[in-house]
Amino acid sequence: MHHDTVTAILLSTVLASTPMLFAALGELVTEKSGVLNLGVEGMMLIGAVIGFVVTAATGSAILGVILAAVAGALASGIFGVLTLLLLANQVACGLALTIFGIGLSALIGKPFIGKPLSALPQLHISGLSDIPVIGPLIFGQDALVYISILMAIAVHLFLNRTRQGLIVRAVGESHDAAHALGYPVVGIRFLAVMFGGAMSGIGGSYLSLAYTPLWSEGMTAGRGWIALACVTFSTWRSARVVLGAYLFGFFTIAQLHAQALNVPIPPEFLSMAPYLATVLVLVIISRDATRIRMHAPASLGRVFHGG
Amino acid sequence: MLRLEARPQPSRTMVLATPVLAVVLTLIAGVIMFAILGADPLEALYAFFIAPIDNLYGLGELGVKATPLVLCAVGLSIGFRANVWNIGAEGQLVMGAIFGGWIGLFHNGGGGIWVLPLMFIASAIGGAFWGAIPAFLKTRFNANEILTSLMLTYVAQLFLNYLVRGPWRNPQGFNFPQSKSFDDFAAIAPMFDGTRLGFGFIVALVAAFAGWLLMSRSFLGFQIKVAGLAPAAAGYAGFSAKRLTWAAMLISGGLAGMAGLNEVAGPIGQVVAVVSPGYGFTAIIVAFLGRLHPIGIIIAALLIALSYIGGDAAQMSMNLPVAVSSVFQGMLLFFLLGCEVLIRYRIRPRLRAATG
Repeated sequence: MHHDTVTAILLSTVLASTPMLFAALGELVTEKSGVLNLGVEGMMLIGAVIGFVVTAATGSAILGVILAAVAGALASGIFGVLTLLLLANQVACGLALTIFGIGLSALIGKPFIGKPLSALPQLHISGLSDIPVIGPLIFGQDALVYISILMAIAVHLFLNRTRQGLIVRAVGESHDAAHALGYPVVGIRFLAVMFGGAMSGIGGSYLSLAYTPLWSEGMTAGRGWIALACVTFSTWRSARVVLGAYLFGFFTIAQLHAQALNVPIPPEFLSMAPYLATVLVLVIISRDATRIRMHAPASLGRVFHGG
Repeated sequence: MLRLEARPQPSRTMVLATPVLAVVLTLIAGVIMFAILGADPLEALYAFFIAPIDNLYGLGELGVKATPLVLCAVGLSIGFRANVWNIGAEGQLVMGAIFGGWIGLFHNGGGGIWVLPLMFIASAIGGAFWGAIPAFLKTRFNANEILTSLMLTYVAQLFLNYLVRGPWRNPQGFNFPQSKSFDDFAAIAPMFDGTRLGFGFIVALVAAFAGWLLMSRSFLGFQIKVAGLAPAAAGYAGFSAKRLTWAAMLISGGLAGMAGLNEVAGPIGQVVAVVSPGYGFTAIIVAFLGRLHPIGIIIAALLIALSYIGGDAAQMSMNLPVAVSSVFQGMLLFFLLGCEVLIRYRIRPRLRAATG
């Protein structure tokens, strides 16, 4: 294969992986605090539409991404109120958030369907960015790609190297023990949920601002669910979240390139690849039930009522 | 400040009152939403919830939309009671449409009155087959059924796209991604003149009744309820969690598959690329709104069906986006889940702690 093709595949893999990486990192922190938010798909859609609409209206992509994060956090706030304050079932509320997000984003985005937008600008350092293959890969991305990698490092350091991260994990392992030690379980979880929402919002906005710079209904196409699968795939370890997101991004891109190369397989079957890969990876990871049980936060999905 | 005080036992009044409260809150939120959209709220509510059903055709449509919702939700509710989270009913619905539709297309121009029953059986097998995959992956490999059943929904939809664009495409269909129309033996005729309501509605009611029998009169239903409420007790009693997962996935998959066939052989009349506007997902709301009980599910399905046809009607008469329906549905589920706290808890003012 010509090295231009390799560069193209690698570059588009980064592009396809970044939305899932943001969302999965957010969900990792949420789940580490003991809350399972299945609303990632809905929050990503809300982020995607807000990011697009704000950027289209103001011309500022930075403002678009920031407000997408705020919108994602607000959407997850609804989930937080229901599950943490009103003690509702987390699985059901997460599904509700996804259904609500699909509807709300379609409602907001209706006037913007089919309108073009210029994609996020990419870094260019003359000399460095011109090195074959690794040049554009390392020195030629847009700002959000670098931010996603920095966020991965930050989340890793926060969870494993800071006192606050330890408290989040303690709340996720045993909310009763954390409560007895005097930590505000509900408050900590609320912040973790809002962080997850903000990250999903940013991930969604990356789809509508960089990956395919346009808005279309339901454009996440299951990426929110794949982000959830990434967290399970990672067995709740931050470095593996990056690996998972890039693996699924690669499957998405590989099948697109296979379609372009006219392989003798119908395109619909090639498009199944990322979803089938997700199932396959889940099966491989989950096969060892003890390992999942050892790594999953022990209070994940359980309702806490402090009285 | 307010605090939540656990009730000694769940309030029966609240079990019935919370869905009503949730509907009222949703309507209030709807008024606010219409005002934001710049529509006269009362006019919009009328256009949304009253105008569509003030005639026979509209009432028939209510049943047309409620049919797949009841079929899917009855199956899902059985799983949810056992803590089996099948959220891939949409994919099972699509697979049912494919399997049943295949029988129908195969007998195009021939066959007899046995074709339609055979299509229903095939659709149930197709849906159950698609539900069996997450069941197998869950029981054999411990893979989360939420994610696998959802991923398989995308796979089923892509497979349907392939069929209607490839092997099943009607050669005289001007290149549209759709099959030939079913002939009379393979199509569900309306039960009443002037409506589109077919006998699938009766099938859905029978399924709801069968679901009620299963849950309240059978040992399997008892096992499901125990497994959902007290998994440890179910394990101690020797109820096999794997068997319950299989039962829940096969039943909900089969019913969702029949819902898919009812769409293609009924209102649609041929196999097309989009056989459902998300009935399989909306059925999750229906199942919860109906309190996971068959009677409740029928009422909830009629209500949600109204939000579907109301959305279509409001789009035509007031130019409101059709997505308003799913916003309504999402809000309804939010309010319902939020209100559920009242079943198990009382809201009390937080008293200053006295000394000692």
